[in-house]
Amino acid sequence: MALLDIKNLSVSVDETEILKNINLSIGKGETHVLMGPNGAGKSTLGNALMGNPQYEITSGNIYFNGLDLKDESTDKRAKAGMFMSFQNPLEIPGISLSSFIRNAIIQQTGEKLKFTEYRKNLSNNMALLSFDESYKERDLNVGFSGGEKKKAEILQLLMLKPKFAILDETDSGLDVDAVRTVSEGVREFQKSGEGALLIITHSTRILESLHVDRTHILVKGQIVESGDGSLVDKINKEGFERYLAE
Amino acid sequence: MERERTEVNDIDRSIYDFRYSDEDFYKVDEGLTKDIVLQISKEKNDPEWMRDFRLKSLDIYNKLKVPDWGPDISGLNMDDIVTYVRPNTKMTTSWEEVPEDIKNTFERLGIPQAERTSLAGVGAQYDSELVYHNVKDEVSELGVVYTDMESALTGEYEEMVKEHFMKLVPPTDHKFAALHGAVWSGGSFVYVPKGVKVDIPLQSYFRLNAAGAGQFEHTLIIVSEGADLHFIEGCSAPKYNVANLHAGCVELYIGKNAKLRYSTIENWSKNMYNLNTKRAVCEEGGTIEWVSGSFGSHVSYLYPSSVLKGDDSHAEFTGITFAGNGQNLDTGAKMIHVGKRTSSFINTKSISKAGGISTYRSSITVLPNAEDSKASVSCTSLMLDDISRSDTIPAMDIRTDKVDIGHEAKIGRISDDAVFYLMSRGISEEDAKAMIVSGFADPVSKELPLEYAVEMNNLIQLEMKGAIG
Repeated sequence: MALLDIKNLSVSVDETEILKNINLSIGKGETHVLMGPNGAGKSTLGNALMGNPQYEITSGNIYFNGLDLKDESTDKRAKAGMFMSFQNPLEIPGISLSSFIRNAIIQQTGEKLKFTEYRKNLSNNMALLSFDESYKERDLNVGFSGGEKKKAEILQLLMLKPKFAILDETDSGLDVDAVRTVSEGVREFQKSGEGALLIITHSTRILESLHVDRTHILVKGQIVESGDGSLVDKINKEGFERYLAE
Repeated sequence: MERERTEVNDIDRSIYDFRYSDEDFYKVDEGLTKDIVLQISKEKNDPEWMRDFRLKSLDIYNKLKVPDWGPDISGLNMDDIVTYVRPNTKMTTSWEEVPEDIKNTFERLGIPQAERTSLAGVGAQYDSELVYHNVKDEVSELGVVYTDMESALTGEYEEMVKEHFMKLVPPTDHKFAALHGAVWSGGSFVYVPKGVKVDIPLQSYFRLNAAGAGQFEHTLIIVSEGADLHFIEGCSAPKYNVANLHAGCVELYIGKNAKLRYSTIENWSKNMYNLNTKRAVCEEGGTIEWVSGSFGSHVSYLYPSSVLKGDDSHAEFTGITFAGNGQNLDTGAKMIHVGKRTSSFINTKSISKAGGISTYRSSITVLPNAEDSKASVSCTSLMLDDISRSDTIPAMDIRTDKVDIGHEAKIGRISDDAVFYLMSRGISEEDAKAMIVSGFADPVSKELPLEYAVEMNNLIQLEMKGAIG
C-alpha cells in the first residue's frame, strides 16, 4: 500500500472549486514532482493535504500511512509524519528558530531531547545549508530574507525528518546560489532516510540535481499527464503550452 | 541598574484560587459612614491630622460622582463592601511568626522564596494590613527605609509622610481617590537617600482574601537626588461571587537625576473592581519607568500618570493588558510634560478574547513651557476571536509648536495563516495561539524581572486554555 493515497479529491476555496477529482499515489521514499502553470491549483493541493482550514475538501479522501486524514487537524497530520515547506513562511516573534524546532520535535515525538545532541545536529544541518549559525537564536523568520526563510524551512525538514514532505514552491524568488543550497538540503533529506517528497514547482531549477521518481502535470485543477523523471526535461524544453492549447 | 533574574517553578491557577477562612478576623461593618471611618482611624491609631484627613476625604467622596466615561461599575455597591479587615496577627519580620494559613498563602505565591533569592526587601499585605515586612541588612545600612505606611506615619518619618501623602493624588482627584483617602490601610513607605543605588528590587505583595471586601493600600516612594530603585508590586485574590474592590493609591516622588522603575503584575480575581490610581512626579533629569501587566479583575480603570516637572526628565510606560471572558479592562497611561526637553514613551499591548473588552486610553499633555520635548505613543491590540473588543482612545493636548510627537496604533486579529503554519509542525491549535500571544507580549515580558516574566507567560498559557471552540 502506498504511503499517501489521494482518491478522487476535489477542493474548494471560498466556494470556488479549484481541484477536481485528483488521484495520486506516493510510495515510501519516492520523490514526486507536481508541475503546472500559475493558478493551476498546485499550492491548493499542498494546503489541502496539510489540512489548511481555508481549503474545503468537497469530495474524495486522503489516506496517509493507512489513516484517513480527511477530518484530522493539521497538527495531527504533522504528528502522523507530514510536513510542508511553505511558499511564504510566517514570521513568529518571541520564539527563536532553535527553540521552535526543538519544541516541534518534542511535540511530534513526545520524547525529551538531549540538548547537546540537538545543538550538534542543528549546527551540522545549518552548515550544510550555508545558513549563518547566528540565525538559530533569532526569532522565527522575523526579518529573514526570502532565501533565509526558505533555508529555515529546509532546516526544519532535515531536523523533523517527516515521512512525507510537501515542498511548496521552495525555489520561487530565490537566486541561483540559494536554489542550489536548498536543493542540496533536499538531496540530503532524500539520502538520509525513507522520507517521501512532493515537490511543487513551476520551474525546473530545483530539480536539476535531484532524483525524481514521478512527475505530474496539473492544469486547471486536474492532473493531465503523469510520467517518470524525464517528463521534467520535456516540460523544461516545451513549457506548458500544449496542455493549455485546448 | 542591573536586574536580577531568577528561576521559579511553573504555577497553576489554583495558587490564586485557594482561600482561607477569615472568621476570626476583625472587620468593620459593610458600607461607608462617618462612624466606620472613625472606627478605622481609631483601630489604626492615626495621628489627629490623619483622622481629619480621612473625614475630609469622606466629605469629598460623598460630593463626587461616579465616573461615567468608562466601563460600567454599577455592579459595585459601596453599601456591600467591607472597607477594613484586619487579619488576626501583628506585623512581623519573621515568616515563622506569620500564622499558618497566611504564611501558606504567601508560600504558595512564592514570595518567601523570591525574597531569599532575588529581593532586597519584602512587604506582604493580607486584606487590610501588612503581616510581614523585612529588609535585608545591607539595604538598611545604606539608609534605605522600607516599611509599612502605619509605622512611617507614627514614627520618625511622620513629617515626610505628611508632606507627601496624597499631595500628588489629592482626594479631590476623583471619587475613588476620595474613598482611598477616607479608608486607606496598609501599603508601603520607601525612602531612598541621596545618591544611593539599590541594586536589587524591593517588592510588596497585596493579597485580598476576604469576600466582599475592599483593599485600599497606599504606596509612597521617595527617591532622592541621584538615587536609583526598582520596586515591584504584585496583587492577587481568590474568586468570589460577590464584588470586591481595590482602590489603592501609589505616589512616587523622583528627585533630581534619580531613577525609579515600578513594575506591577496584577492578577486580581475576576470579581474585582480595580479602580487604582498611580502617579509619579520627576524633578530635573529624573526618570520614571513603569512596567505594568494587567490580567485580572472584572473591571479596571488604570492609567499610571507621570508628571515631568523638571527639565530633561523622562518617563516610560510599558504595559500589557489581557481581557478574557467577562472582563472590561480600561488601561493606559498619562504623560504631562511641564519642564523643557522632557521626553515620554508609551508602548502598550492589549489582548482580548472570549468576549473580553480591552480599551487603551491615554493622554499626553505638553504645556506651553515644555519646549523641545518629545512624546511617542505606540499601542497594539490583538483580538483572538470575533466576539472580543478592542478600542484605542488616545488624547493629546499639545500647547507648544516646539515639540516632537509620534503616535502609532494597530489593531488586528490573530492570523489564521500563522496558526496554520505552527500547526503544520505538530503544534496544537491551543499551543499555536498561545505561542503567538506570548510572542506578541514578548516586548513587555522582556522588561519584567524573570520570575514575573515566567508568571506572565504562565498566565497567558492559562488564559489560552479553552480558548478554542
